[in-house]
Amino acid sequence: MNLVNEWAFIGVFVAVAWIFPTLPIVVAAIFSPKRANAIKLQTYECGVETVGDTWVQFKVQYYIYGLVFLVFDVELVFLFPWAVAYDRLDLFGFVAGVIFIALLLEALIYAWRKNALEWV
Amino acid sequence: MQCTDILNTTAACLTAGGMNPGLAQFIGILFGVIIVTLAPLLIVILLIWVERKFAARVQDRIGPNRVGPLGLLQTVADALKLITKEDITPAGADRLIFNLAPIISVLAVILMWGVIPVSPYHVGVELSIGVLYIVAVGSVGTLAIMMAGWSSNNKYALLGAFRVVAQLVSYEIPMVLALLVPVLLAGSMNLQDIVRAQSGMWFVVLCPIGLVLLFISTQAETGRAPFDLIEAESELVAGFNIEYSGMKFGLFFAGEFVHVMTNGLLIATLFMGGWWGPLAYEAPLLGILWLFAKATIFYLFSLLLRAALPRVRIDQMMSFNWKFLVPLAVWNVLVTAGLWMFARGLIPEGSEGDFLANLPAALIMFVGNVVLVGGFVLSRIRAAGRSERMANSKKSVPGRAIVLANADKGMASVNATVGR
Repeated sequence: MNLVNEWAFIGVFVAVAWIFPTLPIVVAAIFSPKRANAIKLQTYECGVETVGDTWVQFKVQYYIYGLVFLVFDVELVFLFPWAVAYDRLDLFGFVAGVIFIALLLEALIYAWRKNALEWV
Repeated sequence: MQCTDILNTTAACLTAGGMNPGLAQFIGILFGVIIVTLAPLLIVILLIWVERKFAARVQDRIGPNRVGPLGLLQTVADALKLITKEDITPAGADRLIFNLAPIISVLAVILMWGVIPVSPYHVGVELSIGVLYIVAVGSVGTLAIMMAGWSSNNKYALLGAFRVVAQLVSYEIPMVLALLVPVLLAGSMNLQDIVRAQSGMWFVVLCPIGLVLLFISTQAETGRAPFDLIEAESELVAGFNIEYSGMKFGLFFAGEFVHVMTNGLLIATLFMGGWWGPLAYEAPLLGILWLFAKATIFYLFSLLLRAALPRVRIDQMMSFNWKFLVPLAVWNVLVTAGLWMFARGLIPEGSEGDFLANLPAALIMFVGNVVLVGGFVLSRIRAAGRSERMANSKKSVPGRAIVLANADKGMASVNATVGR
């Protein structure tokens, strides 16, 4: 199969795969009763009315983990071509990979030493 | 392509029958797509039954046994019940995203099935970047859970969504690093090529720790116990899916159950030789059987973990990932790459499919992986235990000294009595 066909498959796949999870929801919409009232539509908080805005500021720790993740994720993408070509590489290719991964580890050690990985 | 049989070469057969080649190709693709899409959705009916029976047996119950033989039709009955249940969208919710989230969570899992080869001849599509595709599509599932938590306009749901971001994003790092190992050993990101590269030796022998890493991180990616913080019932009521009812609620669970099986299929494909087994080439159906048998092992193990392990705290989970799994995964890649550099020379040219020819190289890889990576694991666990003991011994426990002193006195009096 050529490259165009591969991605044509994925394209058709995405289009068709939408249908199957949507189908039960549509069927349910037809058969299910619709008797909504103001109390039913309330935000669920064990019967107590919710206080204030829900979309509040979040804990900064989540953001820091997000940043550390970004460092790794971007670098990891570059490791995949290295891994695919590994059988054709010599010892220098291995050393280059080690140096690259060492740079990656350095970022982790830096974050670790800066206590970015502590849950505060 | 030659028209051999209608199932495998639909497009060629239709063209031979006089159809426009473009249209024939499209119908061929559509035919394949529908099969690949329907398979996980039919399997989920069985999976939910297996999960419920298994959990019941662990807890010394019988489980579903009323609807159909052995309760096999219980899931069908449940689905019918969910369809007739009222579907509530809370007044404060973001309607579009709220309704889209359950669909996307199932969609993301179904899309993964498109690249998993089920037999030497049957695969949705042989994508040349299959492994990257799996990672990409897998992250869409994360997005779905985040959408659900955010759009519900509920504080519990939002807390669940926060945790999703932290947890699923973090555990993606060891997962991707573990996926790197089969790519490195096979020299291809095409899943079919990876399976073929395991004809001589399964990659689990070459890199056993890689399989363990992949299993743990996929377990966290799915949000399964002991990493099910995103829907922690006891603290967040139900987490991200708290506002969902009826079929939409059901879809989240269907997505989760299929995801666990998909993880099993993925691990089987990447490390356990996929469809590889006796007579896989001669009888492709047997290949499908081998693949699912291997995947079921991991599926059942995941169920066992769910039944046996308590939930971890979020700080424990995050430090387990960043301070243990990530360094371990990086070290695992380095060790595997280093050993493979030398061990691959031991395999004679042209005998990649020969088990005995692969054996010396595999033994070196296995022992090296277990000693070097396993040694790292042990040293980390010992260091953690030591620091914990140090922290404990520094803490002065009030009253403990007195109790000990009294105990000594008691022993002394006992000794005195016995002595007398």
